[in-house]
Amino acid sequence: MADITNQSLNEIIENVKTKKVSSTDLTKAYIKNIESAKKLNAFVTTTFDQALDKAKQFDNKPNFDQLLPGIPLAVKDLFCTENTKTTAGSNILNNFIPSYESTVTKNLWNNGSFLLGKLNCDEFAMGSSNETSHYGNVINPVGDQLVPGGSSGGSSSALAADLTPATIGTDTGGSIRQPASFTGTVGLKPTYGLCSRWGIVAFASSLDQAGPMTKTIKDCAIMLESMSGFDDKDSTSINKKKEQYSKNLKDNIKGLKIGIPKEYRVDNMPKEVDELWEKGKKILKDLGAQLIDISLPHTKYALPTYYIVAPAEASSNLARYDGVRYGYRSKQGKDLIEMYEKTRSEGFGDEVKRRILIGTYVLSSGYYDAYYLKAQKVRQLIKKDFDDSFTKIDAILTPSTPSSAFKIGEKTNDPVSMYLNDIFTVPVNLAGLPALSMPAGVDKQGYPLGLQLIGKALDEQKILNIGYAFEKNCGFKNEIKKWWS
Amino acid sequence: MSKEKFDYFIKGEKGKYEVVIGLEVHAQVLSKSKLFSGSSTKFGADPNNQVSLIDSAFPGMLPVINEECVKQAVRTGLGLNAKINNYSVFDRKNYFYADLPQGYQISQYKNPIVGEGKVLLDMPYGSKEIGIERLHLEQDAGKSIHDMDPSNTYVDLNRSGIALMEIVSKPDLRSPDEVNAYIKKLRSIMRYLGTCDGNMQEGSLRADVNVSVRKEGDKNFGTRCEIKNVNSIKFMQMAIEYEAARQVELIENGKAIDQETRLFDTKKNETRSMRSKEDAHDYRYFPDPDLLPLKLEQKLIDDLKKTLPELPDKKKERFIKEYGLNAYEANVLVSEKEISDYYEEVAKLSDKKLAATWMMGDLFAMLNDKGLDISKSPISAKHFAELVQSIKSGEISGRIAKEVFEIMLETGDNPKKIIESKGLKQQSDPKELEKMINEILTKNKDKVDQYKSGKEKLFGFFVGQVMKSSGGKANPQLTNEILKKLLKG
Repeated sequence: MADITNQSLNEIIENVKTKKVSSTDLTKAYIKNIESAKKLNAFVTTTFDQALDKAKQFDNKPNFDQLLPGIPLAVKDLFCTENTKTTAGSNILNNFIPSYESTVTKNLWNNGSFLLGKLNCDEFAMGSSNETSHYGNVINPVGDQLVPGGSSGGSSSALAADLTPATIGTDTGGSIRQPASFTGTVGLKPTYGLCSRWGIVAFASSLDQAGPMTKTIKDCAIMLESMSGFDDKDSTSINKKKEQYSKNLKDNIKGLKIGIPKEYRVDNMPKEVDELWEKGKKILKDLGAQLIDISLPHTKYALPTYYIVAPAEASSNLARYDGVRYGYRSKQGKDLIEMYEKTRSEGFGDEVKRRILIGTYVLSSGYYDAYYLKAQKVRQLIKKDFDDSFTKIDAILTPSTPSSAFKIGEKTNDPVSMYLNDIFTVPVNLAGLPALSMPAGVDKQGYPLGLQLIGKALDEQKILNIGYAFEKNCGFKNEIKKWWS
Repeated sequence: MSKEKFDYFIKGEKGKYEVVIGLEVHAQVLSKSKLFSGSSTKFGADPNNQVSLIDSAFPGMLPVINEECVKQAVRTGLGLNAKINNYSVFDRKNYFYADLPQGYQISQYKNPIVGEGKVLLDMPYGSKEIGIERLHLEQDAGKSIHDMDPSNTYVDLNRSGIALMEIVSKPDLRSPDEVNAYIKKLRSIMRYLGTCDGNMQEGSLRADVNVSVRKEGDKNFGTRCEIKNVNSIKFMQMAIEYEAARQVELIENGKAIDQETRLFDTKKNETRSMRSKEDAHDYRYFPDPDLLPLKLEQKLIDDLKKTLPELPDKKKERFIKEYGLNAYEANVLVSEKEISDYYEEVAKLSDKKLAATWMMGDLFAMLNDKGLDISKSPISAKHFAELVQSIKSGEISGRIAKEVFEIMLETGDNPKKIIESKGLKQQSDPKELEKMINEILTKNKDKVDQYKSGKEKLFGFFVGQVMKSSGGKANPQLTNEILKKLLKG
């Protein structure tokens, strides 16, 4: 059999079901790939022995009715995994082994899959290039000088390099969609509350959402179906009936109204991104969709709003990492306060410290009204922009990112230019909506570029359908040479 | 009842000062599990045995509100005649401490679950209304133990995450006595409601005390100091007295009072500065994004209202009307739900007024002596009622009743059985008594003669002889009548 690892998840599942490949052979193939791809630095932890055990168990007693029968999966190291080290890309959790399994990963395992390893990410998911990880930066398989995007950079890199058949990431301001765009893969941020946050190391609670990262739209539907669902352990989880996204996937989008927001044409955006957007519009139009110009007037405030709300929540969420109960504790410090100071100084990296400082500042008495409260008001306006638009349209089409993957080190000394990378993805998190990034083309250097489809709350099926139709007609193929092995 | 006049002022050299007090009471909610986790709230478990991953703030753990705690807060609010807010918000109060695992306490800041209410106090100078500012729900912290090891501090998280109700009064209290009455009233209401056990030794009820002073007649409040975390009424009263005197002295010496947080040192009986206003924590309150705003349907509130028990103020009115008690008696008998229940059971079966007198006398003295709550009384309400009824019917005298009471205490027997088996029944048959008295008079002929010749003091001697020979059971009134009759003849 040809190399199974460059197939889509859906194809692999078919091959397992028809016994063309065993779970054990599948797992071995991925282990081989992972071992020859150390240069990419996509993994923080591998769980090969455990994965081979699970594969063997599956092969001895296969259940082909499951959504993910015998499928090995690597996941972002932000999901707590029982008895497997979970670092969140941080030194402060470098020795942390949870005694519990996050709801989302548990859902995946309950659907027949098992853990292959934990994927590198920006520290506490704070970053857009996977350069803030304590475990070193991750390299984009597209080119050895390129970042894989962030914060789910290990996930996008591993997926594009065939180190896992599909994966999951978390998206607080674009951390799934931007790396998907940078690696020519599919990434979906679901509606806030569709996937449980229980057991995911928190960054910004009102924005964090787990989602799938896959090679195809169909794979994305399968993964979303496997990982989502109501969880009474998460007070913000939405209690609704589970949907069968993969079964209900349709490529007929005739008559759907697609909104094109004028505010997403930003200054200094490369011509290629604009051209790609035009190409996307044409494809959808040719498929019978109707394009409608819309305005989301508060879009320009999204980035500053996000960089107040997210750090504010993070500054509080990260207060628990104090060295008292688990994780890293500095050996120095004469008293409690000094122990805190040393532990957190040595345990956190620069970007995390920067955001804790910003967050602490915007919540401080005297500044709260001017920053945090105002940001919350603007957030409501941003949400209202979307609500108003969605009364006349079915989905919104935008570029995923203002550029293709940039070079390692290119933006590390300029946090604002780094933050600008999230300009198209951030409004969606503030509004709690679902959005999909799908590969749509390449720039003149041959680096992938993605387009984003934004849906109404809980309208995942519709954006998946549009993506499915688009994918069939776009003709994009991810040509990655395995230069690392 | 004669009404006294309110008279609690601090006398300085330059005049009289009124003391203004407001309390923030922290009452532990009676609930099986914690405010946001399923861990048990039982008191006295081994350290760190009632701690979930949520209470110890492990990565990715999320709070889920405990519905029962919300209901308990609503019940308490209703018991305080307060406005229940259909919309309230949980906020994070951020600060670092070793026994605060999350690095923040989940509390309610701008939108508490309960708004303004009031509590009535019975003071010797009349009834007084104390305003309630608000009641909100919050998590308790863990406990730091500094004295187990010379160089380390230990942390016990059993308490971490237990639900507290913070009940904030308006600055309406004016004396340590009023504080005493207020705390007792709050405690009584919450115990009636079953929302807090009010056990101060176990820390279920603690208070921060705000104290300021002002010249008698002044309209404006003085600068206040907050005395943190005082855990007994006695200490609250001592702290207030000390603090008020300290503030008056400062004013009289022309010095300013700093708004600050102070600690009460129970060993030295003094308050001392903990931190000044400038050093006050910036708690960076903001709405907890892990929790949705708490929305209460009016129906839930109405339903809870329907199931509330009769509360002390109402019960007191009823006791006065229904049982003919005076205000003092009624007040004492409604102070604890268990006492009022006991009384009502006794009153149903016996004389209502006599029951109150005997309960507040011998029964309370005995319970006090043994350090027992009425729920643990060795004498059941039914037996006690029988005893009261035996006195009322004249079956036994008050003196014998005390004897029977002692035997009941020892044996647990019912009073009828004791009276019969010990033959304690009062001798009230005139014929039998006359026969006995005749025998005594015959035996003491000489004394009879002396009496008749004018030595009337001897009457007492004859009564004594009758009592002696009847073993104290002769009906005293009847004995007198018969003796007089026979000695005349």
